[in-house]
Amino acid sequence: MPLLETRKLTAFYGDFQALYGIDTTLESSETIAIIGANGAGKSTFLKAIAGLIHGAADSILLDGAPIGARAAADIVKLGIALVPEGRRLFPSLTVEENLKIGAYGNTAKGAWTLDRVYSLFPILRERRSSPPSTLSGGQQQMAAIGRALMSNPRILLCDEISLGLAPIIIADIYAALPQIKADGTSIVLVEQDIVQAMKVADRLYCFQEGRLSLAGRPNDLTRDSIHRAYFGQ
Amino acid sequence: MGWLDALIQGVLLGGLYALFAAGLSLIFGVMRLVNLAHGDFIVVAAYIILLVAGQLGLDPFAAALIALPVLFAVGFALQHVLLNRTLGRDLLPPLLVTFGLSIIIQNGLLQLFSADSVRLRSGAIETASIAFGGGIAVGVVPLLTLLSAIAVIMVLNFVFYRTAIGQAFRATSDDLEIAQLMGIDVGRIFAIAMGLAFAVIAIAALYLGLRANFDPTIGPARLLYAFEAVIIGGLGSFWGTLAGGIVLGVAQTIGAHINPEWQILSGHLAFLVVLVLRPRGLFPRALD
Repeated sequence: MPLLETRKLTAFYGDFQALYGIDTTLESSETIAIIGANGAGKSTFLKAIAGLIHGAADSILLDGAPIGARAAADIVKLGIALVPEGRRLFPSLTVEENLKIGAYGNTAKGAWTLDRVYSLFPILRERRSSPPSTLSGGQQQMAAIGRALMSNPRILLCDEISLGLAPIIIADIYAALPQIKADGTSIVLVEQDIVQAMKVADRLYCFQEGRLSLAGRPNDLTRDSIHRAYFGQ
Repeated sequence: MGWLDALIQGVLLGGLYALFAAGLSLIFGVMRLVNLAHGDFIVVAAYIILLVAGQLGLDPFAAALIALPVLFAVGFALQHVLLNRTLGRDLLPPLLVTFGLSIIIQNGLLQLFSADSVRLRSGAIETASIAFGGGIAVGVVPLLTLLSAIAVIMVLNFVFYRTAIGQAFRATSDDLEIAQLMGIDVGRIFAIAMGLAFAVIAIAALYLGLRANFDPTIGPARLLYAFEAVIIGGLGSFWGTLAGGIVLGVAQTIGAHINPEWQILSGHLAFLVVLVLRPRGLFPRALD
C-alpha cells in the first residue's frame, strides 16, 4: 500500500477546474517530483493534499485512509507538512518563533527539533532573533523548510523551493534534501526546474493544464517525451 | 494650575478609553473583525456586574471578578457559534451581524432594565482622592482605572509576545492560510481572542459603571471613543491603544477646560488631526 495516493483527484477554484482526475502514488522514503509549466496545477495539487482545497474524501489516501475532506490543521497532525510557494513566513514572528510555530499542531516527538533544524541550516541560528523580512531569499527558504520540518512530517510537500534563488543557494537547499530523506521522510517536490527535479526525484510526474501528461522514473524518460508532456507539443 | 489639573484628569480619563479600546484592538488585530457591538457589550457587562453585585450583595470589584470568566465564555461562544460563520473575504457580513447585534442588545437591555440610568456603587472609594498639594488631587477610582488599563495592556502584550497562544494569534493575523498549515485551528484561536476581548470588556465595564451613570443606549458612544483611541494609537499596537486613549482623554479635558461645551468636540478634533498627520496612527504595529 502506498504511503500517499491520489485517485482521480480533481480541484476547483469556484467554477474553474484546476485539476482533472490526477492519479499518483508516493511510497515511504521516496521522493517524487511534479513538473509542469505555469498554470499546470502543480501548486493546486499540493494545496489539495495539504487540505487547503477540498475535494472528495477518497480522492486522497494516507496509508489507505481517506483524507481528502480533512481540514488543513488536521492534515499536518497526520504528518503532512507543506513548504509553500513564496516561503510565506510570518512577518510579525522572529525566525525562531516561525520555526517553533511549525510544531504548534504536532505534539508527536520526532527527530526534528529546533537544534536539529539549526544544525541543518546553521545560518538560522545566527538569525534566530531577526524578523524574516531581514533574511535573504535563500535564508527565508531555509526557514520555511525548517518550519515545516518542526512538525516532524512523514511527508514533506515542497512548492517551488528554488523559485527566485541564485544557483549557488539552490544547490545549498537541495543539498539538505538527502538529510531530510535519511530520516524516512518522503518528499513531494513541485519544480519548474526540470534538471534539478530529475537529480533528486525517484519518480517524476508531469502536469499539463491540470492533467497528468507523463509519469515515470527519470532514467526511463527521454528528453523528447518530457518536452512533449511539459509543453504539449 | 487648572491646566495641569486638566492634563492629569485627561490622562486618567484616557485609561478608561484605553480599556474601551483594548478589546477592540485585540480582535481587529487577530481577525480583522470590526465589532460594531463592542460598546454595547461593555454596557451588557456593566449590567451583568450590577446584577451579580445586587443579587449576591457583593462589591462591584468582587462582582467583576465573577463576571470576568463568565464574559470570557460569552465571548468565546459568540465567536464560535456566530461570528466565525461571518468571516471570509467579504468584510460586509461581520459588519452587518455586529450592527444587528448592537440593535438587539440595546432593545433587549431596554426591555430588561428600562431606560433609567444606573450606577455601580462601591462606597467610600467612589469619592476618595489622593491630594498631591498645590490644589491637585487625583480620584482613587480614576487612578485605579489608569493602573488597570496599564495592567491590561501589559498582560495582553505578555500573552501576545511571550506565549504559544500569542504566537498563534500573531501567525493567524499575519497569514490565515499558512497558520492552518501549522496545525492552528483558526476558528478556536478567534474564539479565544474574542473571549480575551470580553474579559477586558468586563474590566472596562467595571470602571464605566463606577465613574458614571449608564443606560442601555450609551454603547455606540463608547464604541466611537474606542475606535478613535485605537486609530490614534495605531492599529494592532496595544501600547499605542493606551497612548491613543490618553490623547483622546487629554484632548477632551483640555477642551472642557477652555469651554465645557467643547469636551466631546475636542476629542473628535484631536482624532481628525492625528488622522490627517499620521494616518497609520502614532504607534502602528510595525513599530511596536
